[in-house]
Amino acid sequence: MKHIKMIKKGSLKQTANKGCGECQTSCQSACKTSCTVGNQKCKQAQ
Amino acid sequence: MNERSSASCFFLHVFERGKMIHKFEKNGLKIVLDVESGSVFTVDDLMYELLGEEGVVDEKQIEDLLEKHQEYTREMVDESLEEIQALTDEDLLYTENDASKTNPFDTRGRDVKALCLHVSHDCNLRCEYCFAGQGDFHGQRLLMTPETGKKAIDFVVKQSGNRRNIEIDFFGGEPLMNLDAVKEIYAYAKSIEEESGKEFHFTLTTNGVLLNDQNRAWLDEHMDNMVLSLDGREEVNDRMRKTVNGKGSYRVIKDDILKMAKMRDGKKDYYVRGTFTGNNLDFSEDVKFLANEGFRSISVEPVVAQDGCGYEIKEEDLDFVKDQYDKLAIDYLKRGSDENHPDFNFFHFNLNLDGGPCVYKRLSGCGAGADYLAVTPEGELYPCHQFVGNPDFLLGNLDEGIVNPEVRESFKEANLVNKVDCSSCWVKYFCGGGCHANAWNFNHDLQKPYHTACEMERCRVENGIMIYIKESEEA
Repeated sequence: MKHIKMIKKGSLKQTANKGCGECQTSCQSACKTSCTVGNQKCKQAQ
Repeated sequence: MNERSSASCFFLHVFERGKMIHKFEKNGLKIVLDVESGSVFTVDDLMYELLGEEGVVDEKQIEDLLEKHQEYTREMVDESLEEIQALTDEDLLYTENDASKTNPFDTRGRDVKALCLHVSHDCNLRCEYCFAGQGDFHGQRLLMTPETGKKAIDFVVKQSGNRRNIEIDFFGGEPLMNLDAVKEIYAYAKSIEEESGKEFHFTLTTNGVLLNDQNRAWLDEHMDNMVLSLDGREEVNDRMRKTVNGKGSYRVIKDDILKMAKMRDGKKDYYVRGTFTGNNLDFSEDVKFLANEGFRSISVEPVVAQDGCGYEIKEEDLDFVKDQYDKLAIDYLKRGSDENHPDFNFFHFNLNLDGGPCVYKRLSGCGAGADYLAVTPEGELYPCHQFVGNPDFLLGNLDEGIVNPEVRESFKEANLVNKVDCSSCWVKYFCGGGCHANAWNFNHDLQKPYHTACEMERCRVENGIMIYIKESEEA
């Protein structure tokens, strides 16, 4: 494609059948105040 | 089909599906995030103009664009529209995701699988911004007994259903003031792992005052993660983090915290965790200072404070704060290049675009009050550490379990499916709807996120995406 370059192919829609609840639940790992989920790891992927 | 009708049809098509992108410029890049798929693109100037937040611009806007920019041709526009259509057909642009209509806790379960154990409601520092009433959470200065801690372990095993991974966070006050209990609780949890079918993961947060060679070795071996509290530059740290005698704590704690960090570098997780306030809005200098001192894993957070306290971050500070994140991001990209830019990991720029959590995790956001609870030294249960001591949020206790299910339910309902302000926000899948405690402290409404924190989060995520792209290009 000439005008748009894909840097990262999104897969959020493909995760809709997951939701096992095994990953970290809260902000406890580092920040302790601001909830950030986008940098967490998926336990199924590990 | 003529050119005009082609563009108009596409415009209608994407609007009917109600999709959302976020486009922004950062560090010389024009970047597009497709919110519902998580796809990330860089685009040229023309494409940037054509992509609207909820759909392609309309034909009138295209004609205006062609008139204003002689360098663009109709052929280039059509070429761009075809590329947009192709990506849209593949669910990579203007993507719809039906998952956002389901309460995530219906999917991921409603078990309790993480506890914040307040093993010490006492502290050996007197930090001015402490949300915990300088350690006692506005109550008695108490230590958790090993028996109460073990009871908490039994509670989470029973309440966690089929969940295997259990998180235990030793917190305070200062948990090292009760290290013997920490060790007993740890040993008990490990002793029942096999029979309970659970896997425990431990984190300990400390201010570093009591760290020594002996307990450092034990902590390094047994804690999966450590959070080490230090705000940055000596004068910044000492303005807020004071000893019991009112003196600065930097020289008491810094070397011991650094030793702890060095033990874990490259082997086990840790974060040196600072707080910035209205007193040190130039916090990027503190992050860089910590990196230059040798810390490789850094999280520096905006303070959670009440309006009028004197050190809160105000709405009018936001432009300055955002500029700090931008400057830090530019500096961050130079890390590892020379001794002035040592390599380090900054928590908020560390987006997991390659394999982050599923959409249900992102919809549910923080599990506080739902699958994460805080336990006081007396065995009382609260939604999280930030709510401890507030009687309106007392959920129950270890003996009787949850006796206030309505409050717990209100936390489960505080998710992206229900938060009106979040539904149209592009950053929602990165923040998960924000911190419940912030929402309550500033708006007295769990469903209404704290606007100032949202603004900062949007800025951090934009920078995180920009850094990801730059690093991908370098690789």
